[in-house]
Amino acid sequence: MAFFEGKQMTAGYGDGPDIISSCSISANRGEIVAILGPNGAGKSTAMKAMLGLLNLKSGSVTLDGEEISKISPQDRVKQGISFVPQTRNVFAELTVRENLEIGGFLREEGLDQMIENIYNLFPILSEKKSQIVGQLSGGQRQQVALGRALMSEPSVLMLDEPTAGVSPIVMDELFEHIIKVKKTNVAIIMVEQNAKQALSISDRGYVLVTGQNKFEGSGEELLNDPEVRRSFLGG
Amino acid sequence: MDFINAIVVLTNFTIIPALAYGSQLALGAIFVTLIYAVLRFANFATGDMMSFGTMFAVLLTYYFQSIGLGLGFLPTALLTIPFAIIMMILYMLLIDKFVFSYYRIKKSPPVQFAMVSVGVMFVTQAIIRIIIGPSDRRFLDGEKFILKATEFKEMTGLNEGLTLKSTQAITIVVTLIIVSIMFWFLNKTKTGTSMRAYSDNEDLALLSGIDPKRVVLITWVIAGVLATVGGILYGLDKSYRPFVYFNNMLPIFAAAIVGGIGNPFGAFLGGYVIAFAEILITYAYKRFIAYLVPESMEPDSLMQLLSTDYKFAVSFSILVIVLLIRPSGIFKGKTI
Repeated sequence: MAFFEGKQMTAGYGDGPDIISSCSISANRGEIVAILGPNGAGKSTAMKAMLGLLNLKSGSVTLDGEEISKISPQDRVKQGISFVPQTRNVFAELTVRENLEIGGFLREEGLDQMIENIYNLFPILSEKKSQIVGQLSGGQRQQVALGRALMSEPSVLMLDEPTAGVSPIVMDELFEHIIKVKKTNVAIIMVEQNAKQALSISDRGYVLVTGQNKFEGSGEELLNDPEVRRSFLGG
Repeated sequence: MDFINAIVVLTNFTIIPALAYGSQLALGAIFVTLIYAVLRFANFATGDMMSFGTMFAVLLTYYFQSIGLGLGFLPTALLTIPFAIIMMILYMLLIDKFVFSYYRIKKSPPVQFAMVSVGVMFVTQAIIRIIIGPSDRRFLDGEKFILKATEFKEMTGLNEGLTLKSTQAITIVVTLIIVSIMFWFLNKTKTGTSMRAYSDNEDLALLSGIDPKRVVLITWVIAGVLATVGGILYGLDKSYRPFVYFNNMLPIFAAAIVGGIGNPFGAFLGGYVIAFAEILITYAYKRFIAYLVPESMEPDSLMQLLSTDYKFAVSFSILVIVLLIRPSGIFKGKTI
């Protein structure tokens, strides 16, 4: 049984149609799992369902063997799940350090030590700690977003398109950072558009089509699977 | 000597009154901006909430006077501030629980919120009418002047007197204290940072474990302090007329918008911008100019740009000009 697991999830927004149906995704600690698929496949929805931002019609979500499908997103955050949204994922009007402080809002102690850890992980943030985040570059902002999410020392980190809208060089740098985070024994689930690069750093991947699991396997398997290559990786 | 006289005239009739009036507007404008930044609506009940808090100060002042409690040369009203603030906060929390929270949970659009606040305004006015009535009340006691015009003339031998009313000095000092504490709280404490985070990005704040109910509660507490203190200072300075506060909403909103709505420091400075504009434009400069030019060139007219009856037209014009030319306000910066 995986550490963090969504089993047979079916969900949609409000009373609308189901966006995902019987979709299953799991991740273990120290593992990067990529969710791939065409536009509208329900990638982000699957992730949001696991965080509790929308209610499941059927299926379940478990964390470390414990059923969490009924509790609110805020409570799931307290249980150690951290989420980096695709857009508006930083406090643009606060300084870098304040962003990290808010990320560690629920911490009882060790705030300064944790902020130091984040600075070690992302040295650029230490340099810019007093700067307003809205004035930083796209890549730096994504590092703030990652740093904020890591401040609660999560066991699961979910990233919604962490490299959307950044240059290829910055993308490589961000992926390196994500690998560093993985080494701290965090389970990472990410939705990605840059399928090839994402699979090259992922331990496993899922390909969703119209809200259902279509393919799954290790990063390498998916990269070499002729059908996946033809449909999603562009030959 | 004439030059010094001219400066004294200007200080006495424009600068000191504008600083006091500006402080009162600043407190109201920060109230408006704070509610806008955190609860995301323009609160049209601002003026009457200020009046509501002041009403308790007036009633308590009468009570304290009747039992002989006072502060000597300082107005008794200062002693009533903590009690009036508590009543104000209780009233705001009650209104929030029974009115605003319903629309917040429904995620109503800001316009609907603003309309709801108009309803709150009418209810508040009615409650004030029932409790204290609409008439004019003076509740200032203690020493009226710190510096009298005659004393100043004797001291300096100048023709012109400089007066400093105790209410003016109290207004400026109390405002600076309240505003400094508030900025320290917003910028340096964990709770203050969480409020700014909530105002900046509500969804992410929730994902970081910030409790929205707590943020709303603390916003009303700070708003209660600002509204009550602002209202009491204005009432002490000008006498308490319950429904004048409603009219003051125009300069208060103008100050908040000039400062960039959602930006408390902008609102603070905006208060003084509006106050100085209103007073400098409606002041009659005849005596000031008479000191500066030779006798033959002395003006016959009052040298007044606009009659004081039109002082609200000044803030209204500033409001319109800012909204047309620079809708984000003249002070850039972070929201709340």
